[in-house]
Amino acid sequence: MSTQITPDVIAQHGIKPDEYRRILEILGREPNLTELGIFSVMWSEHCSYKSSKLWLKTLPTKAPWVICGPGENAGVIDIGDGQAAIFKMESHNHPSFIEPYQGAATGVGGILRDVFTMGARPIANLNALRFGEPAHAKTRHLVAGVVAGIGGYGNCVGVPTVGGQCDFHSSYNGNILVNAMTVGLADKDRIFYSAAAGVGNPVVYVGSKTGRDGIHGATMASAEFDENSEEKRPTVQVGDPFTEKLLIEACLELMATDVIVAIQDMGAAGLTSSSFEMASKGGLGVELDLDLVPMRETGMSAYEIMLSESQERMLMILKPGKEEVAKAIFDKWELDFAIIGRLTDTGRMVLKRHGQVEADLPIDPLAQASPEYDRPWVAPAKRPVVEAAEVPHHEPLEALKTLLACPDLASKRWIWEQYDHMVMGDTVQRPGGDAAVVRVHGSRKALAMTTDVTPRYCLADPYEGGRQAVAEAYRNLSAVGALPLAVTDNLNFGNPEKPEIMGQIVEAVRGMGQACRELDFPVVSGNVSLYNETQGNAILPTPTIGAVGLLAEVDKMATLAFKSDGHAVVLVGETKGWLGASLYLRELCGREDGAPPPVMLHRERRAGELVRQLIGDGLVQACHDVSDGGLLVAVAEMAMASERRVGAALEAPSTLPLAAWCFGEDQGRYLLEVRDDDLALVLEEAAKYDTAARVVGRTGGHVVSVGGRAVAVEELKAINESWLPGYMGGEMSGH
Amino acid sequence: MNAAVIVFPGSNCDRDVAVALEASMGTKPAMVWHRDTELPEADLVVVPGGFSYGDYLRCGAMAAHSPIMREVKARAERGMRVLGICNGFQILTEAGLLPGVLMRNRALKFICRDVFLRVENDRSDFCRYYRAGDVVRFPIAHAEGNYFVDPHTYREMEDNGQIAFRYCGRDGNVDAEANPNGSLGNVAGVYNDRFNVLGLMPHPERLAENLLGGSDGKLMFDSLVEALS
Repeated sequence: MSTQITPDVIAQHGIKPDEYRRILEILGREPNLTELGIFSVMWSEHCSYKSSKLWLKTLPTKAPWVICGPGENAGVIDIGDGQAAIFKMESHNHPSFIEPYQGAATGVGGILRDVFTMGARPIANLNALRFGEPAHAKTRHLVAGVVAGIGGYGNCVGVPTVGGQCDFHSSYNGNILVNAMTVGLADKDRIFYSAAAGVGNPVVYVGSKTGRDGIHGATMASAEFDENSEEKRPTVQVGDPFTEKLLIEACLELMATDVIVAIQDMGAAGLTSSSFEMASKGGLGVELDLDLVPMRETGMSAYEIMLSESQERMLMILKPGKEEVAKAIFDKWELDFAIIGRLTDTGRMVLKRHGQVEADLPIDPLAQASPEYDRPWVAPAKRPVVEAAEVPHHEPLEALKTLLACPDLASKRWIWEQYDHMVMGDTVQRPGGDAAVVRVHGSRKALAMTTDVTPRYCLADPYEGGRQAVAEAYRNLSAVGALPLAVTDNLNFGNPEKPEIMGQIVEAVRGMGQACRELDFPVVSGNVSLYNETQGNAILPTPTIGAVGLLAEVDKMATLAFKSDGHAVVLVGETKGWLGASLYLRELCGREDGAPPPVMLHRERRAGELVRQLIGDGLVQACHDVSDGGLLVAVAEMAMASERRVGAALEAPSTLPLAAWCFGEDQGRYLLEVRDDDLALVLEEAAKYDTAARVVGRTGGHVVSVGGRAVAVEELKAINESWLPGYMGGEMSGH
Repeated sequence: MNAAVIVFPGSNCDRDVAVALEASMGTKPAMVWHRDTELPEADLVVVPGGFSYGDYLRCGAMAAHSPIMREVKARAERGMRVLGICNGFQILTEAGLLPGVLMRNRALKFICRDVFLRVENDRSDFCRYYRAGDVVRFPIAHAEGNYFVDPHTYREMEDNGQIAFRYCGRDGNVDAEANPNGSLGNVAGVYNDRFNVLGLMPHPERLAENLLGGSDGKLMFDSLVEALS
């Protein structure tokens, strides 16, 4: 490689001067261009977590049911009967903004590979999406492309997309967020890891051929956007879900034999990160002959082969002499299979192309001695609490209609009807509820899953917002009757080199960690996406939580839909009428100020335990957690979900301003529909758990009423269902 | 009854339909790989949903010319029952076993939701447990389910009773509002002229168990077991 390594070339690779000095120390010489490219992707924020590592280490990651925490391709938890759930969430934010269809599609492909790499059959996909304000010129195009991309990929591979979240805010105008999560199922004793072993063992490449697509994707994902970012379109990869489907089946078929030593998908930074990580974890060296890599373009250099992010590729180490067994399976599925090198005991990565050594690098210093920064940070100032009495009063049912039509609360049916959410035949609770529920195939148990975070709380107070995101995920799972087991996190923030952004990261992680500890809800996997800024404007801090819980008996599952007339509506948890940072304040008063509602973790835990027990005992007809928009929105959601449009009449207490009671976003609350015969027992149980519970109304009629006025459930449903299809200019029929 | 399910590399409803068949039959159906050239002894063959060979070309166009489909066609001509669901329906039209084509949905989007169907003709082995005029609920999940056939053939099909199911409202009314994808005459499923081949876009196997939200689809598999055992 003759290209001169000038300061410009170094800067173009996103390498800071002090990082370059470190490279010179490690090598004892100047790197060539291929080597510089490898350093650049391995040390990118995306691959090295250099700004966040210090803080991520503080998260709790252990519990008796955790089989494998962060550090592998995905987290693994024990779900009993010799089975394990394997899951992770990952962002594909930057590519999705530049090319929404392919960006989102390959995001789904990447997270699926992280999960089946470990031996799991993927059984569900979820996502969490954030778009700019609806009035922004690009938003509609981005929504359409991202949704079509997620659907286009997931529908073809045949994994149901069962849940998600979708919000809109101007802070995402130039940086949308596409966070994708996959949950898989494996036998506990058949889990595959990525640490290479066995000097001389073959290094095998399988899947699609390598092209020039996606070169430097990881570096792009580690920089701020500027006005020229759309010129980066060529660094977005193109997905091929059919090949992914073949790869899933071929890998799972191979994993049923006994020939794999280690396996790793080629995700961000492609062949580079997969080969370095496998070798580093096994304390070995690797020698690769890049001429043997299956390529779909001619004349590719070592630099291009190593940095390509072509999709649907895997790297594995096989047991010696088992190459033919593996090759037969990949031949059956008509996928490329190539032995591209061997493990060595040198601790070095040696890459050859056309007989020449193109790179010779020590593995551990690159993979493990990547920079780790303790970046300066400042905690944001605490905001004043908004007094409910000072907030303007709007007639509650009119306010309810406004809220149900606002972009964040409007029905997302237009989105999830474009996802096949039923394939595989085990989706017991479809999108639209508090958590999706997917039966463990062939059993009576099920996994509940959710994604959640409230970015406006995180901006107002990242510490409380971090706690709240975890608590709400815990609540979502509890509300369907599932025992919350573990979380995956996807931390989306702005530029960590700014102390105030770094402060958001530090505080949010601190809050998340505290909530995870107190709720016995460890973090088993995760992903960090920083530099979500365009021309200096950062996104709302968005630490998305994905969570998985277990329902031992799937037929005891609760749903949110009101079932019948004449039942009590019971509110669990305490209501002070907290309006700071609420949707009521934002949508009806045009204000985004105030401290967010505090989370009382000990109460959160007790309320969750109570609700799960009541559901398990069959004392609950319907259950819904109270979140965005408060109590009245939650009641309306239960009524709108009811097939027969069962409504409810609420009796507001006189001790609080009506709007605060209806729309306050106090945490740790659930609404239950309870038969009169069960009511005494339910209230008694609540007292045992030292948890507030009181009757706030009764189900009945086809209206929701409060404060002496009523509105038809059908009208609310029409309002709630019409915003998104109307906005997208599509048509909706049926339902 | 002996049943077989064809498995293309991109099939993804093969397991789902096998589960539904087993629940009705009491035994597992044979799973037949797309490159096989022979079918096992079978009274029923199911061509399941999915993306056969990726369907980057017209849906089902390549699958219709696969080795196993030659065998399916030969057996169908001898009277074997063939059920094509979703992508399977697309493949059967491409293979010439059923009239018509499936074009992109009117709204150009993938649609996954429950729909209501009106049973138009119950005089087949697929529909013994349904009655003409019944309204049943099946899910759809497709981007290309917009049925079209030339007007002359359509009239013939109607006269012959080859329309099996039409999309309808909850009360059985067949109208534009109940049409999810723009299909001609709200057609959701059709028979061949001998009534031994049925193709339909909705998925009976997805609502064949109450835990999943309903069991209207189970009656189709029960019908086949009743007729072919």
